[in-house]
Amino acid sequence: MSDQLVAVLDWIAILCLLAGALLSLVAGVGLIRFPDLLSRMHTAAKPQVLGLLLVLVGIGIRLIPEETNVFNVGTLLLVGLFQVVTVPVAGHIAARVGYRTGRIREDLIVRDELAERLEAKRRADAGGRTPDTEA
Amino acid sequence: MNVLWITIGLLLAAAVLLGVIRMVIGPSILDRALSVDVLLASTLTGIGAYAAFHRDPTVLPTLLVLSLLGFIGSISIAKFVARRPEEHVATPTEPVDPSPEEGRSS
Repeated sequence: MSDQLVAVLDWIAILCLLAGALLSLVAGVGLIRFPDLLSRMHTAAKPQVLGLLLVLVGIGIRLIPEETNVFNVGTLLLVGLFQVVTVPVAGHIAARVGYRTGRIREDLIVRDELAERLEAKRRADAGGRTPDTEA
Repeated sequence: MNVLWITIGLLLAAAVLLGVIRMVIGPSILDRALSVDVLLASTLTGIGAYAAFHRDPTVLPTLLVLSLLGFIGSISIAKFVARRPEEHVATPTEPVDPSPEEGRSS
């Protein structure tokens, strides 16, 4: 592989890594600046998915001239797959627990559809009739 | 090009510092768990930058382990919080949800 091609690949890889590190910094700033749990979760998911995928792409490109085999590429793909599958699940569960235990600021929510549904269900249970909306 | 590698390190250091600050001052345990997740993502990025800088694929299984560990950690903290719903709510601006089905349904 020629030296020029290796240099181009290295530049692409380092730009990917730089973007990933920048997303980590953005998440850190968002953790400090944002007011409540849900918006912090919004900013914290950026380096966990997009940042990590960029970093994995960067590692893969950087490893191309050295050694590219099934084990390395498969490990990178597995890391990306696990992260993409598990981060939404963990975020959903954390947000749900935060909502149910009252750890979010309700004055920052523009529209709270879950509260509307819970209210409808509670009225339906109290009145002993079938609910208007499925809760 | 060395400048860019150093820049990556500095960005990650700043991100970890901000995450630690949020972990210290975070009002609830879920905020702390969230900042631990951000720290873990920064760690993954840092180990990845190490592997890319040295062209060294031997640390790649560590990335695999860390990505699964972050998932298990945040899930277990969330479940631990869900079992104790009347724990302290530190900031005075947070309203306490009076709905009767809270806390027990997850």
